[in-house]
Amino acid sequence: MGNVIGIGASPKRKEDQRFLTGRGNYVSDIKRPGMTAGVFVRSPHGHAVLRGIDKSAVLAAPGVIAVLTGEDVAADKLGSLPCGWGISDAQGVPMKEPPFPMLAQGKVRFVGDMVAFVIAETPEQANAAAELLSVDYEVLPSVVGVLEAVRPGAPQLFDDVPNNICCDWELGDKAAVETAFRKAAHVAKLSLVNNRLIGNPMEPRAAVAEYEPGTDRFTLWTTSQFPHVVRFLMGALVLNIPQHKLRVVAPDVGGGFGVKQFHYGEEAVITWAAKRVHRPIKWVASRSEGYVSDRHGRDHVTEAELALDETGKFLAFRVNTLANMGGYLSTFGPNIPTNLYGPLLGGVYTTPAIYCNVKVVFTNTVPVDAYRGAGRPEATFVLERMVDVAASEMGIDRVEIRRRNMIPKEAYPYQTPVLVQYDSGDPMGCLDGALVAADVKSFGVRKAASASKGKFRGLGYSTYVEACGLAPSRFAGRLGARGGLYESATVRVHPTGQVTVMIGTHNHGQGHETTFAQIVSEKLGVSFEDVDIVFGDTDRVQFGMGTYGSRSLVVGGAALSKATDKVIVKGKKIAAHLLEAAEVDIQFEAGKFSVAGTDRIKTFEEIAGAAYVPHNYPLEVLEPGLEEQAYYDPVNFTYPGGCHIAEVEVDPETGTVTLVNYTAVDDVGTVINPMIVEGQLHGGIVQGVGQALFENAVYDESSGQLLSGSLMDYCMPRADHMPMMKVATHSTLCTHTPMGVKGCGEVGTIGSPAAVINAVVDALSHLGVTHVDMPATPNRIWRLLQNASLPVAAE
Amino acid sequence: MKLFAYHQPDQIPDAAKLLTSIEDSKLVAGGMTLIPTLKQRLASPVALVDLSKLGNLKGITDDGATITIGAMTPHAVVAASKLVQSKIPGLAALASMIGDPAVRRRGTIGGSVANNDPAADYPAGVLGLGAGIVTSTREIAADKFFLGLFETALEPSEIITAIRFPVPLKAGYAKFKAPASRYALVGVFVAKFADGVRLAVTGAGSGVFRVPPMEAALSQNFDPSAIAAIKIDTDGLTSDIHAEADYRAHLVTIMAKRAVDAALS
Ligand SMILES: Cc1cc2nc3c(=O)[nH]c(=O)nc-3n(C[C@H](O)[C@H](O)[C@H](O)COP(=O)(O)OP(=O)(O)OC[C@H]3O[C@@H](n4cnc5c(N)ncnc54)[C@H](O)[C@@H]3O)c2cc1C
Repeated sequence: MGNVIGIGASPKRKEDQRFLTGRGNYVSDIKRPGMTAGVFVRSPHGHAVLRGIDKSAVLAAPGVIAVLTGEDVAADKLGSLPCGWGISDAQGVPMKEPPFPMLAQGKVRFVGDMVAFVIAETPEQANAAAELLSVDYEVLPSVVGVLEAVRPGAPQLFDDVPNNICCDWELGDKAAVETAFRKAAHVAKLSLVNNRLIGNPMEPRAAVAEYEPGTDRFTLWTTSQFPHVVRFLMGALVLNIPQHKLRVVAPDVGGGFGVKQFHYGEEAVITWAAKRVHRPIKWVASRSEGYVSDRHGRDHVTEAELALDETGKFLAFRVNTLANMGGYLSTFGPNIPTNLYGPLLGGVYTTPAIYCNVKVVFTNTVPVDAYRGAGRPEATFVLERMVDVAASEMGIDRVEIRRRNMIPKEAYPYQTPVLVQYDSGDPMGCLDGALVAADVKSFGVRKAASASKGKFRGLGYSTYVEACGLAPSRFAGRLGARGGLYESATVRVHPTGQVTVMIGTHNHGQGHETTFAQIVSEKLGVSFEDVDIVFGDTDRVQFGMGTYGSRSLVVGGAALSKATDKVIVKGKKIAAHLLEAAEVDIQFEAGKFSVAGTDRIKTFEEIAGAAYVPHNYPLEVLEPGLEEQAYYDPVNFTYPGGCHIAEVEVDPETGTVTLVNYTAVDDVGTVINPMIVEGQLHGGIVQGVGQALFENAVYDESSGQLLSGSLMDYCMPRADHMPMMKVATHSTLCTHTPMGVKGCGEVGTIGSPAAVINAVVDALSHLGVTHVDMPATPNRIWRLLQNASLPVAAE
Repeated sequence: MKLFAYHQPDQIPDAAKLLTSIEDSKLVAGGMTLIPTLKQRLASPVALVDLSKLGNLKGITDDGATITIGAMTPHAVVAASKLVQSKIPGLAALASMIGDPAVRRRGTIGGSVANNDPAADYPAGVLGLGAGIVTSTREIAADKFFLGLFETALEPSEIITAIRFPVPLKAGYAKFKAPASRYALVGVFVAKFADGVRLAVTGAGSGVFRVPPMEAALSQNFDPSAIAAIKIDTDGLTSDIHAEADYRAHLVTIMAKRAVDAALS
């Protein structure tokens, strides 16, 4: 018997050994013989006609091998970067889907849009030469904000997209909502902005591409969360490379948060270029380049209204949102503010009627796509702010109004009016747990203590639910997904009993190599050390949709669980043969196969060995080998949720908001590794706090320049911004995933922004403040206080 | 980064000579400001003249009425100096608030003063204390040294060798950090001498400046209440995505009060 470390244990993360000792293998570590350096020339203008490009000075520069532009792309008849989702409006009219060329053609549509690719012997030569490219731009006015973009007379990004509207999408029963509003005792209204964010994974994006003439094969190493999807989209739809001639490898990747779950033009350009120059090419983005090319997140402007009866019961919820898509449709772009947003507007409440309209809008900004939480933080923010506004207008306690409207535990499974059916949950239990953990009872004492120092203290709640484990393919297909969303795993048992798992998800910080090894260790009774997890290489892993949407454990782990079960079934067959018993009489437990009711056993290693030395096998009924594969497609989303409570202190002199306490009680279903789950919650919460208090991507209105284009101007949350967080789980089991897991990757980011802003508003409510837009920066708070109804107490 | 020649002279006159003889050459001290600009290709000098091997540019000395800090003294050394902490605690505190530990170990007082970033901390301390900037050729009074946005009175081949700080009766620094960069959104240094009070503001405008009405009020009564009602004009103050001019003006008063508090504590 080996060292089984199973479900519920918290071993140290296997992968950290190599990361912490500098032995990781990232894309920028890769060196290939004869490797060249590539640099992208990007548009310095938000919006301009490309009148011409003169390559001659670049081609004459030292070390330059080639310069490629949109004209070369067109000449080679390459495809447009595809969008993975096709949404439609209420009449079924498909979204406008203008082409997204990998190098700009005719026009540039955002600062950072790629204009040319310069390949030289060294990075220095490529950089120096790139500065010499002469591009004739006819600069056009830019439009960067959604409100401005849909106004008559606004600059138009595409000739055939009137008013820059990609799709006028809706969900829900509009008429039922209108009827409910007419009967309402109270209607609460809220206008808000969901601020634009930039993901900033620690490792910038990078790629290396190589073409081998001998085998006519391409290899692309890329910082991707989903290499198989890149292979499919790029090979089949952009570059016309047959799938078997294209290998995509995503080795160690230093964080993604969504930023790396898209097929980027850089990947296509570098792969195409590698064959044209017959040399391997490496490109590594600088941080500044990432700011103007990594897909951004969020960026909504929303009007919401909640209808309530006289007791504070929610009757109907109506939400109108303008969502920024940026200059082109990115891989998941239009799916995020629609399908991952509208269906979440029910939250944990019994609101019977909901209507949501989202206008998806093009602007002269970096394309917007999924960023940790993707759509669900936006939905949660609207709803949880709305609940607080309604409570305060009706004079009902904020916790009480939530209780009055919450779905009781017994009511699950619960069908919402916006498509989704929650399988399990206990929002009240999470709320009760959080109230105790946050010591809400003594908040008054803490508030008085703050007041005695001249500070305002506030408490904020967010009781939320999200939908993750993306995704049930059948459901997603109805919503416009152009591909499946299942996951796959292969469990290869070696002759000596060790196990290699090939899985289609991608580990870039989440601890998969540990969590998945625990599942196998528990199920097969093999040592935790004897399980290796392989991912991120289309030549080694069968297929996979990658990692995003808190899907890796929920969908990938389920495939792994299924494949492991198949190994046990096969093992039983082998054991039955070796033990000369009927297959039905074989039991498997704790790594041993036995004949029921006897002491005849075979260990897992013995079975593994026999599988590969089939000297007297009944070959007509039993194949040699012990390796099984499973694909798993979920039947529903999973619905983690919980209650977050934030406590802030505001310094009225400077407007500074300090987060002083943070409590989260989350329902993530079965917890495989509590330490890793806690880490995911911590990280997620910090990112949500970042959105609430610090982060903001700001564009200059007329020029389309990104003003927050570096870490000097884009404020990331830091360790000293955070108090010690209290996080706990209060789990109900998912009823349809094999292990009862629900996913935990995004809950922190989804629950926290509303909790923090609700706390800030609470701290300032005595001054008549009813809403604060994110991020609640000192400047913004000070200005609110200047305009507030009461004078700020002078010292 | 573009290629450049690298020199490491060990005598100040040699360094000055390199600067005059090589057109487009630049001094490098801690490199905390210069190297990032080279990496971003915003500057491309043909040669760097490294000050790190020059004798006597590092260290802190005390002659009773003045503390002299060598130009190549890193921020961390000033912050941790028992001498500075006892004679001018506000200056040690200022040094401890610059950047992060790595920046404080590399970045130097000479580099910071020569660079005169409008949001840097040291210029407030140097102007607030009325220090003297000692160079390879002369000594320049702080009041004549800072000429606005990255501009100083230094000649192209002039090298700062030390800063001489008169020891005040009391001094304090209060910094409101810009959210992202953590440079000063507004920083105020106040120093009380026998013959009056000096108060210098960094971060708020295009360069460090003094606030005579506050100095006058504090010379009468060295207490935060003396300046609580003094508002400064928004003219010439910076507006950017982090803070508009009126907010910066407001912060000047608040930080000035806090600097006086710090000086008194
Ligand atoms: C992440 C980060 C955070 C920072 N945060 C802050 C902050 O909060 N507050 C703050 O004030 N600063 C901050 N800085 C700047 C830091 O203090 C720098 O160290 C300082 O501005 C420059 O000093 P240096 O020794 O690194 O100079 P260098 O970068 O080497 O040189 C800067 C300039 O000064 C010239 N120069 C250098 N020494 C001399 C000399 N003796 N005589 C004449 N010219 C000279 C150089 O030619 C160059 O033009 C930060 C820097 C970084 C990278």
